[in-house]
Amino acid sequence: MSAALDIRGLTKEYVAGKPVLRNLDLSIGAEGITAIIGPSGTGKSTLLRCINRLVEPTKGEIRLTGAEGSIDVAKLRGRALRLARRRIGMVFQEYNLVERLSVMENVLCGRLGYVPLWRAWLRKYPEQDIARAFQLLDAVGLPEHATRRADALSGGQRQRVGIARALMQRPDLLLADEPTSSLDPRTSVEVLEMLTNLAGAEGVPVIINIHNVALAKRYAKRIVGMSGGAIVFDGKPEDLEDSHLSQIYGGEDWL
Amino acid sequence: MSATTTTGDTLAPLRREWIRHTPAERLTRWVMTLTIVAATVWAVRTIDIIPEFLIDAPEQMADLLLRMWPPDLAYYPTTVHGALIETLHIATLGTVFGFLMAIPLALLAARNICRIPALNALAQVGLVASRSVNSLVWALIFVAVFGPGAAAGVFAIAFRSIGFVGKLLAEALEEMNPGPREALRAAGAPWGAEMLKAVWPQIRPAFWGVALFRWDINVRESAVLGLVGAGGIGVVLEDAINFFQWDQVATILLAILAVVLVAEIVVTRVRARLL
Amino acid sequence: MSDSALPAPQAEASARRAFAPDWGMRILGILLIAYLFYAASQLDLGLGRFITGLGEGGRFLARMVPPNFERWELLLEGLLESIQIAVLATVVGIILSLPLGLLAARNLAPWWVSGPVRAFIAVCRSLHYVIVAIIFVKAIGFGAMAGVAALVVASIGFAAKLFAEAVEEISMKPVEAVRATGASAMAVLIYAVLPQVASRFVGFSLYQLDSNLRNSTLVGIVGAGGIGGTLFAAFKRFDYDFVSAILLAIIALILLAEVISGRIRAAMR
Repeated sequence: MSAALDIRGLTKEYVAGKPVLRNLDLSIGAEGITAIIGPSGTGKSTLLRCINRLVEPTKGEIRLTGAEGSIDVAKLRGRALRLARRRIGMVFQEYNLVERLSVMENVLCGRLGYVPLWRAWLRKYPEQDIARAFQLLDAVGLPEHATRRADALSGGQRQRVGIARALMQRPDLLLADEPTSSLDPRTSVEVLEMLTNLAGAEGVPVIINIHNVALAKRYAKRIVGMSGGAIVFDGKPEDLEDSHLSQIYGGEDWL
Repeated sequence: MSATTTTGDTLAPLRREWIRHTPAERLTRWVMTLTIVAATVWAVRTIDIIPEFLIDAPEQMADLLLRMWPPDLAYYPTTVHGALIETLHIATLGTVFGFLMAIPLALLAARNICRIPALNALAQVGLVASRSVNSLVWALIFVAVFGPGAAAGVFAIAFRSIGFVGKLLAEALEEMNPGPREALRAAGAPWGAEMLKAVWPQIRPAFWGVALFRWDINVRESAVLGLVGAGGIGVVLEDAINFFQWDQVATILLAILAVVLVAEIVVTRVRARLL
Repeated sequence: MSDSALPAPQAEASARRAFAPDWGMRILGILLIAYLFYAASQLDLGLGRFITGLGEGGRFLARMVPPNFERWELLLEGLLESIQIAVLATVVGIILSLPLGLLAARNLAPWWVSGPVRAFIAVCRSLHYVIVAIIFVKAIGFGAMAGVAALVVASIGFAAKLFAEAVEEISMKPVEAVRATGASAMAVLIYAVLPQVASRFVGFSLYQLDSNLRNSTLVGIVGAGGIGGTLFAAFKRFDYDFVSAILLAIIALILLAEVISGRIRAAMR
């Protein structure tokens, strides 16, 4: 199979003349977890948000290839954009659950791109959706929490609901924006472990922004180092050396 | 919906039912919906709805608006301007008088200032009485007392403001930090000094906030007092409507709209600078 | 902090005062007092007038007691009509305020939608409901319908503004997440926006019912139905004992409504 995601010449300028992403090229295949590392403010988050167009790219092509064919996400509008978005799951740093809804409703949010509005409104989801939601809740270890309100959960539990919601979309690609930055070290490992296993079982490639280089090396098949809005390292975790890190983050006293 | 469960699918053990609300929650929702619907139906069925009136309402409304256009702007300098200024005087004087009467009541109502429960309760009754009578009704009362004119309007605004201002000031007083007062009392300061140097600095932001807020409301309210003869632009409006001078009515409405909007902008600006 | 190690303060006579006089505030205070005297003289508010007024007020109060409840049927009829006006105005007003409030929220609607909608809401709020009632009385005739229409306008002015403010305060994070699943705009509204504001909306609606009830006792003064008409007529006929009966009834109704809505609000928490 060809690359699932093919980014060509992606540029983003929030303020004209000050690009956050500079003419970026990146291809992601069906190869498991790709970790993007780099200092804060270097455009990692912007890159992920350009892929599902939560942020409008200034220039470039974002080609998504999957079961439903190949499309350039950067050119889509309206309904076509929504259809593309439902093929891309996303996990957020601060979970971004709807706190006043139940866990089940949050997971079923992943079907909103598929079900008609009246079903969503009345919570009359198709039976197989509900069955899959339970299956995912079992998989993330929260089977008995379905009817609890999301704001009653701990941070780690919320992030698991976030993962279940993203997988509920049956995505071709999963984006994870700093999924562990709000969690303690032990929970971070648990959540990453879960994300890796589930995405592997479903055969979904994952792009993950991460600050923790050690975790990135442990879970990723491939590491992309970014600095100043451009890619400065792209390779296997074992090839990542201190000289690269110093190039990515600057300085070397911290190493 | 378990019709398909017999066909041996692998999901069967996972086919759990998801119910959004507990039975108690559903019951409350039903009762609430039913109450709202029943009240609406009752109101619609008993109220005087004259279908003929309702049917040609849009037509009548359009006719009215057509007659209002263009507004008779020549009417503004001769009559409207003076009445508008009078309205602003009524609103401002009413606010100030209202404050003069509300401050002692607020001090009496605040339980940390006045330690006598009977006086607290009495002050609360006074505040509630002032609040539950609308300014237009106060205006009717003061027109009966003073006769028609702006004086009745000033008193109506003042008496309506007492309850509102007094309640908010009393709340601000009760929420303040007792520390500075204790410090002053420990230093042997008399009551007056305690009020001036420990209490006033703490409630000053609330005081000015309430003053601006109430003045803004009073500008709106004083515009209608004239309808019952209590002075201001309402008198001019009433006359224009009674003589079916719709182009003049339009001028007056525009003037009121402008003053109210300007008052709101002024209050927001001043508040942003004060607080 | 003067420290001995620091060089001596230059020009020791340059009066270091503990309290700097706030000339701005003083001038403002003097201007305000001057204005009060000017305005009082403009409105012909003298002390003599006040004293005659006190005498009149005493006589007026004496005629108000005891309140006369003989015409209680008329009173009850007026009160019920006021309640009906309030209920209808609230239901229609809230139904209209919901979409308007969402369209007026600057974090969801584009500026070219929220701008005009906000202006419309501001106009609804700026015109006093009694003035709106007069216009409706002229347009659709005397009676409760005019009162309902006027209070619907007032309800939009207040409820839609509060709705819009509540929507502007929501967290955009869930909105972003639900949008990222490919949900349509309406689905985003139902799943990410409304759950965050629903309980506040119910609170605002109760509050609006409360204030519509107060206002519905008044629109009758200009002929728009309810107890206000009865009150105005009693005033004009100098039936002051009936006036006091009506006022007591209105106050009782308003306090009762306040207690009930307070209970409901407390129960919802």
